[in-house]
Amino acid sequence: MTDAEHIVKRYDEELARLRGLMTDMGGMVESQVAAACDAILLRDGDAAARAVELDPRVDAMEHEAEQFVIRMLALRQPMAQDLRQIVASLKMTGDLERIGDYAANVAKRSIVLKEFPAPYSLTGLAHMARLVQDQLKLIIDAIGENDMDKALQVWRGDTQIDEIYNALFRELITYMMEDARNITACTHLLFIAKNLERIGDHATNIAETVYYAITGAPLSDARPKGDTSAYAVVRRHD
Amino acid sequence: MSTTMNDSSERPAGAKAADGAPAPARIAINDLDFFYGSHKALTNINLAFPTRQVTGMIGPSGCGKSTLLRVLNRMYDLYPGQRATGQVMMDGVNIISPDIDLNQLRSRIGMVFQKPTPFPMTIYDNIAFGVKLHERLSKSAMDERVEWSLTRAALWGEVKDRLNGSAMGLSGGQQQRLCIARTIAVRPEVILLDEPTSALDPISTLKIEELIDELKRDFTIAIVTHNMQQAARCADQVAFFYLGEMVEAGSATQMFTTPRERRTQEYITGRFG
Repeated sequence: MTDAEHIVKRYDEELARLRGLMTDMGGMVESQVAAACDAILLRDGDAAARAVELDPRVDAMEHEAEQFVIRMLALRQPMAQDLRQIVASLKMTGDLERIGDYAANVAKRSIVLKEFPAPYSLTGLAHMARLVQDQLKLIIDAIGENDMDKALQVWRGDTQIDEIYNALFRELITYMMEDARNITACTHLLFIAKNLERIGDHATNIAETVYYAITGAPLSDARPKGDTSAYAVVRRHD
Repeated sequence: MSTTMNDSSERPAGAKAADGAPAPARIAINDLDFFYGSHKALTNINLAFPTRQVTGMIGPSGCGKSTLLRVLNRMYDLYPGQRATGQVMMDGVNIISPDIDLNQLRSRIGMVFQKPTPFPMTIYDNIAFGVKLHERLSKSAMDERVEWSLTRAALWGEVKDRLNGSAMGLSGGQQQRLCIARTIAVRPEVILLDEPTSALDPISTLKIEELIDELKRDFTIAIVTHNMQQAARCADQVAFFYLGEMVEAGSATQMFTTPRERRTQEYITGRFG
């Protein structure tokens, strides 16, 4: 890595603008996820509407960033760290856009959930939402500051989210088995939890991308994976 | 012509053949220094040119990359006061030692220059001229050699009906391919290309790049280029030179995505200076 400036100053300006686009998009997605979390945890209909409304703006930013990257690839024919940063930006916009989609989906489900009494305390979900938001904030900082340590911290932090998700998964299934009237609300909650867990995964993807852009080495060999819900069975105790 | 290979012990550092095994070195440079009079232009160069692979040499003007090409076929012998020390090993022989037959060496290591340099004679004679210096061929054998060379240089289709026309009437790109044909006509083992496309338009450039890809099946190629993308496209191995030293060499992919040295990084990303 080098911090030296390019001979062509416009190139530096374009790279700075690209990083700005990433952090702007990250910031927008961050507030979208925050609104979605408020929508479920506080049963806040306005927050849900905000999260849904932000979605087309996030999509538009993704499109803008993509166009900008394509233009840079064509005009600058980047090499080495520049090439890695530019291609990494393209990948990260995809991850951020998916995070936005998950946030919008959470918000939409929260609107449905408002019709039902909460079948149980939302403490577990609140904990998960907080962790996911912390991860997201940290990874957007990592993008803006080109900070490998923060990226690594996010990469290692995902296991905790997975563990909470696994616990929620079992808990919600138990509620459904106990009383079939819980099924609608619990199914929505399950999807919400899954969406939050996926947001965590995308934050981890971004962490890997940031790490690669900085070091040129992959970080994907031994990623900590904690989501074991695919193998989970909850038996009814008669 | 002799094509004896005695190079199994000379293997380059990072170069791999298509099957993943290290390709043997066709030429291995060891501890080479080069002087223009009292000025030292190359310092302690160690580099191997893998057999039937393309080695790209990049670096800013005056870094020594063209000098290195000139060492490889002893071009510097034409000028007094220029000398090289160290080893340039080919088939177990140090080709910079004074007792080497230069004519024979230059038939084994051909060179193509930045500007096309056709002789002011017919297209046919441009090819036949060099061959006649090294071999006695019958008319039909010479015809075959001319056709073979022009075909290998991807020029045959364009000139087969005007072989007796002047080479000076060809376009720049065609002239450069003629020069490549002339170089391979004497069936060298190594081809040195000194910025072969810097005077050519983009289409002619692509034709030369395609040709380089074809030629590396039979020849070991060293190319000096200022065009980074060209080096990335054409070369299997890339060496970066700066101020007469070789800073770093490695596979083209590694050099252009994750160079190890900061100076390489700064040069290839356009931060030099």
